[in-house]
Amino acid sequence: MDNTVVSTGTEGKTWGGGNKPLKASYGKMMMWFFIVSDALTFSGFLAAYGFSRFKFIDSWPIADEVFTHVPFFHGNYPMIYVAFMTFVLIMSSVTMVLAVDAGHKMDKAKVTIYMFLTIIGGLIFVGSQAWEWATFIKGDYGAVQTKGGNILQFVDNEGHRVALRDFAVIDEHKERVQDQRKSGIWFTSEGTLPTYTVSEVLHGLEANENILVRTQIINEEGHKTVLSREESINQIKNNGKVVVEGANLHANEYGSPLFADFFFFITGFHGFHVFSGVVINIIIFFNVILGTYERRKNYEMVEKVGLYWHFVDLVWVFVFTFFYLV
Amino acid sequence: MSAHADTHAHEDDHGHHHKETFVTKYIFSQDHKMIAKQYLITGTIMGVIGVMMSLMIRMQIAWPEQPNAIFEALLGKWAPGGVMDADMYLALVTIHGTIMVFFVLTAGLSGTFSNLLIPLQIGARDMASGFLNMVSYWLFFLSSVIMVISLFVEAGPAAAGWTIYPPLSALPMAQGGSGAGMTLWLVSMAIFIASSLLGSLNYIVTVINLRTKGMSMTRLPLTIWAFFVTAIIGVVSFPVLLSAALLLIMDRSFGTSFFLSDIFIQGEVLHYQGGSPVLFEHLFWFLGHPEVYIVLLPALGITSEVIATNSRKPIFGYRAMVASILAIAFLSTIVWGHHMFVSGMNPFLGSVFTFTTLLIAIPSAVKAFNYITTLWKGNLQFNPAMLFSIGLVSTFITGGLTGIILGDSALDINVHDTYFVVAHFHLVMGISALYGMFAGIYHWFPKMFGRMLNKNLGYIHFWVTAICAYGVFFPMHFIGMAGLPRRYYTNSNFPLFDDLSNVNVVITLFALIGGAFQLVFLWNFFYSMFYGKKTVQNPWKSNTLEWTAPVKHIHGNWEGDIPHVHRWAYDYSKPGHDDDFVPQNVPLKEGEEELQH
Repeated sequence: MDNTVVSTGTEGKTWGGGNKPLKASYGKMMMWFFIVSDALTFSGFLAAYGFSRFKFIDSWPIADEVFTHVPFFHGNYPMIYVAFMTFVLIMSSVTMVLAVDAGHKMDKAKVTIYMFLTIIGGLIFVGSQAWEWATFIKGDYGAVQTKGGNILQFVDNEGHRVALRDFAVIDEHKERVQDQRKSGIWFTSEGTLPTYTVSEVLHGLEANENILVRTQIINEEGHKTVLSREESINQIKNNGKVVVEGANLHANEYGSPLFADFFFFITGFHGFHVFSGVVINIIIFFNVILGTYERRKNYEMVEKVGLYWHFVDLVWVFVFTFFYLV
Repeated sequence: MSAHADTHAHEDDHGHHHKETFVTKYIFSQDHKMIAKQYLITGTIMGVIGVMMSLMIRMQIAWPEQPNAIFEALLGKWAPGGVMDADMYLALVTIHGTIMVFFVLTAGLSGTFSNLLIPLQIGARDMASGFLNMVSYWLFFLSSVIMVISLFVEAGPAAAGWTIYPPLSALPMAQGGSGAGMTLWLVSMAIFIASSLLGSLNYIVTVINLRTKGMSMTRLPLTIWAFFVTAIIGVVSFPVLLSAALLLIMDRSFGTSFFLSDIFIQGEVLHYQGGSPVLFEHLFWFLGHPEVYIVLLPALGITSEVIATNSRKPIFGYRAMVASILAIAFLSTIVWGHHMFVSGMNPFLGSVFTFTTLLIAIPSAVKAFNYITTLWKGNLQFNPAMLFSIGLVSTFITGGLTGIILGDSALDINVHDTYFVVAHFHLVMGISALYGMFAGIYHWFPKMFGRMLNKNLGYIHFWVTAICAYGVFFPMHFIGMAGLPRRYYTNSNFPLFDDLSNVNVVITLFALIGGAFQLVFLWNFFYSMFYGKKTVQNPWKSNTLEWTAPVKHIHGNWEGDIPHVHRWAYDYSKPGHDDDFVPQNVPLKEGEEELQH
């Protein structure tokens, strides 16, 4: 033990060794490094999204035209709902900060309340996301996909969108052709067949003088290009392959299927993180109620899950920015 | 004595005082020394599988499509009449690469020596979280088992190359190995990434948090610096591979188009549109290139330690070594494009990646020169560990020089995907890292098992391995420059390459001899584990803290208090001391100055 008497020459330095030179427990530090790692996973996804979007920069769907729904309200309210979701998630971060702060003060009652509010916020967010997905999957106006994979949408003379159901002429007498693998449409069963065929849409288009086709190409003013009446009918007649309603992993009525692929995957992966966070928060919540951390004389576990929760929020800010804002 | 109290509190956190059973001691052990041995044994077994695959690959290349009883015995239905099936050849290339890169040289090397040395050399009782450390090993074990199981899939194991480029990996119907084999490959790698993440978190946090008193970052042995930075690279790059793997799984199983564009198979149009395989290559190589340094840096760290100890000289340029490790780590994340010069990437971007790639030559050269200057006029102790370390310096330089050629897009295009590339990366990361691993095993075997390896068998092992490694990979440069493409099942259809077939036979003979002599090592390893000469506490007269711990492994590493550190790790042949080494825990003498390093 005479070793310890002698100076080691590193006293007072932050990195000088000894237990916890950075004054942080190993668990908290691990959470930080885990967050670094997880952040890079998300970076990989977002970089891939940017790469793909840049490839289709002239035809990428415009978010303001895609996310326009609010529950219980009809009409066009772009971004309102996602703003609400984002607000809820950020507020849940605020309550998490308050929970951590109350933990520092060893105030069990307040930690309980704020953890509870955080969990509620997380649940509202995940539920909202489910609604957002359902709306996106169900779709809105419907569109026709061309043989080249482009999307043709329909507008009236004033440029307002027109839904297929408002003009397509249902042809009762025509016999349905059984789908075959050879026709190039994979995994299409009766249940997932679109409501209308291309020829029904074409008949409707021919019958309504004021309907035009809008392509997914963005023109110089930042709007999608609207074709002339003649071109519209030609496009549907010559190139129309299949009617697309809503969005899924194969097709997307709003434009490039990659938009839907990335939207589902990245918001899904984020939603999975939020869901895991809620589950972890619930576990910690019960530990708080049971007094585990009172006995441990510190609320560090609350702080650790708090770090994770803030991280999940931060990731949402990026996802929100890249999918909805820019 | 607050430090004293702290250490005990720490022990209690981990429940170190529990009674041990066979299961908790040898199987689900949370002791870093046992976990290190588990990693080493698992890595060795995977290594034997990987090397045997490479020998079969070599035999096919040397004697293409000729019946071979070994093939028939080992490959069964994949070698009807003893002639290797072409799909199986691709599968062997794929799984050989995967096993050697990830299972032997990442988990086997880093897992073994980070676990063994980090707590012992920084003066800690164990890893920060013994439990996560155990989970990390068992996830690695599970992923190894799944990877081996994938060899027995009916339609064949994954055969898209270890880089699993789509569409071969993304379309289950693309080829035999693209089905269940590829799925198992992805599952195995996903588990491997989780294992690697848990391991890395532990290594980083342990180095930051659990250093003993006096062990400042500038007194850390270079081994620890290397393991520490390796773990950071792992935390930064493996998650991006995870991104790529998850997107690939979506493409394979759920019909997304991330990496797939308009594709016909057997006259049928698939629905995919808009994706890009080049995107996958970007994501993959963002891991793939740092992975090279995940493999190499621990070997370089081990070499620093072995060369300094066995030259009886302080390591030359300690701070330059640390700085070059950090520089390599940083640069490794911005050079991935040099794997993609012929992938259709923008040529301008190619020139940017050429620039960043060539920058890596600077820290690498710093390291190579520092090794040589450490050896210069040293009192060299040529034990097997030292020989392998010098061997590493040699192959690192040989392979590094061809790296300058391949890093330059204008030159790379001419030899891309030829045996020149195979020779380059096998020498600079494969053989170098293997030498580092052997050096580490010869050097720390006494620490791990309390016995010495047989020295003479070690000499035989080194010299045969060294001659055969160069015998295999040196000629490959020439056949590569002659244009021989890599990964081809046979070249007999190209009269252009007929002249090279004799060279291929020579290479294969060297490979077979070198492979056979690894049995000498395996015998030495397993025999000495039980019957080797008993070791003394500090057999190499080394300075680092692990040699102050008792030979017999005990929980918590040191009886009584953890030693405190008073000097850096390289006080060899310091004037004013009787011995030519001064361990780190020896206090400075009256009036003695710590060496400025």
